[in-house]
Amino acid sequence: MSSLRIIRRRINSIKTTQQITKAMKMVSAVKFRRAQERVIAARPYAYRMAEVISRLAKRTNPEAHPLLTRRAREKALLIVITADKGLCGSFNSNAIKRTMALLEEDQVQFSLITLGKKGTGYFKKRNVVIKREYIDLFRSFSYKDAAAIGREVKEAYIQGEVDEVIMVYNEFVSAMQQRLTTKTLLPLALPSLGEGEGGEFIEYIYEPSASQVLEALLNRYVEVQIFHALLESAASEHGARMTAMDAATENASEMIDRLTLLLNKARQAAITKELIEVVSGADALKG
Amino acid sequence: MADKILLEIVSPERQVVKELVDEVTAPGIEGYFGVLPGHTPFLTTLKIGEIAYKTDNITRYLALCWGYAEVEPDRVVLLAETAEPAEEIDIERAERARHRAEDRLRQKTEELDFERARIALERALIRLQVASKRVSGL
Repeated sequence: MSSLRIIRRRINSIKTTQQITKAMKMVSAVKFRRAQERVIAARPYAYRMAEVISRLAKRTNPEAHPLLTRRAREKALLIVITADKGLCGSFNSNAIKRTMALLEEDQVQFSLITLGKKGTGYFKKRNVVIKREYIDLFRSFSYKDAAAIGREVKEAYIQGEVDEVIMVYNEFVSAMQQRLTTKTLLPLALPSLGEGEGGEFIEYIYEPSASQVLEALLNRYVEVQIFHALLESAASEHGARMTAMDAATENASEMIDRLTLLLNKARQAAITKELIEVVSGADALKG
Repeated sequence: MADKILLEIVSPERQVVKELVDEVTAPGIEGYFGVLPGHTPFLTTLKIGEIAYKTDNITRYLALCWGYAEVEPDRVVLLAETAEPAEEIDIERAERARHRAEDRLRQKTEELDFERARIALERALIRLQVASKRVSGL
C-alpha cells in the first residue's frame, strides 16, 4: 500500500528531525549555562565602576565631559545585537523589528553597527547605512572586542559624526525569558545609586586628579556597557534556542503520535479490506 | 582600627580576588604605592604592572593591565582590565608575545605601531616577571 509507505516515511523523517532538535537543545543548555555564569561574573565589575563614577561625578563638573554633552539629534547610530545563528524563536526577529521601528523616525539620519550574522544579513538587503558589521563574534568574545567597538563609537561621537548612540539587544531575564532592551549609550547617562550610598562623603586623594580619573573611568564605562550587552545577548540567545528547541522536540513527538495513529488506522483498514476480499471470494466459490 | 584590609580585584570577566589581606602594593599611574590598614582614602588610575598582596607572610602576585584603585581605610577595590594571578599566567604565550614585540620594535615603523609594540612588550615583561614569583606549593 503506497499510503502506508508514505506515512512510514514521514514518521521516520520527523524522528530524525527530533533527534537533531533534541541534540541542539542539549548543546544550547550547556552553552547557556556557561553564558549565564559569565553574565553573573561580570556584574561586580560593572557595579563597582558605576559606584565610583557616581561618587566622582558629585565632586567634579561632569557636564564638561564630551561623552556627556547632549546635542540636537540629527544623526543617530544604532548598535543592533543579534545572533549568528537562527533557530532560536523570535530572538533575532524581535531585535530586527524593534530596530526597523526606530529607523522609521523622520528627520534623523541613521547608521548601523550590526553584531551577529542574522541582523547583518537582514539590514544589508535593505537600504540602510551599515557603518560596520561584526559577524562570528559570539563564538568566543572577550572584553577586548567590546573595547574595540567602544573606541569606534566614542570617536564617532566626539568627532560629531553622530549625535546619539543607541543599543538594541536582548537582555537576559531567565532561561525562558528575554527582555528586548533599547538603551541610549551616548550621551552617557551617569549611573545613579541609592541615596544611602551618596550620603557618605569621603574625601579622597586623587592621582592624577579627580577630573582625569573621572575621564578615564567614563571612557571605560562605555566599553563596559557594550561588553555587558554582549554578554546579556549571548546568554539570551542560548536560552531562547534552548526553549525553542525544547518546543520543537515536543511538537515532533506530538506529530509522531498523530501519524502513528493514522498509520495504524490505515493498516487496519487495509487488513479489513483484504479479509473481506478473501471471505467474499470463498463465498463466491461455495455458491 | 581593623588590622586587615579587604582586597577586591575585579576584571570585566570575573572577580579575581576577594580576601582579607595585611598589605597591598599596586602600580599607580604616578608610581607604585603600598597600602596598609588605615590608609587615607585614595583614588588613582593604574598602569601596567605588578600587584602584590600579603596575607600571613605569604606574598602573592598578579599581573595587571590598566585599571583603577579605590582605597579606603579598611578596603581596597581594584578594577582591572586584566588581572592574572601568577599561577594562571601562560609563560610560553608571554614569551612569544615578548619576541613578537621585540621584533617589531627593531623594525623602523610608524609611531603608532611603535607605541603599540612598546606596550605589548611591557605587558609581556610584566607577565614573565610575575610568573616567576609563583608561590610554590599552591
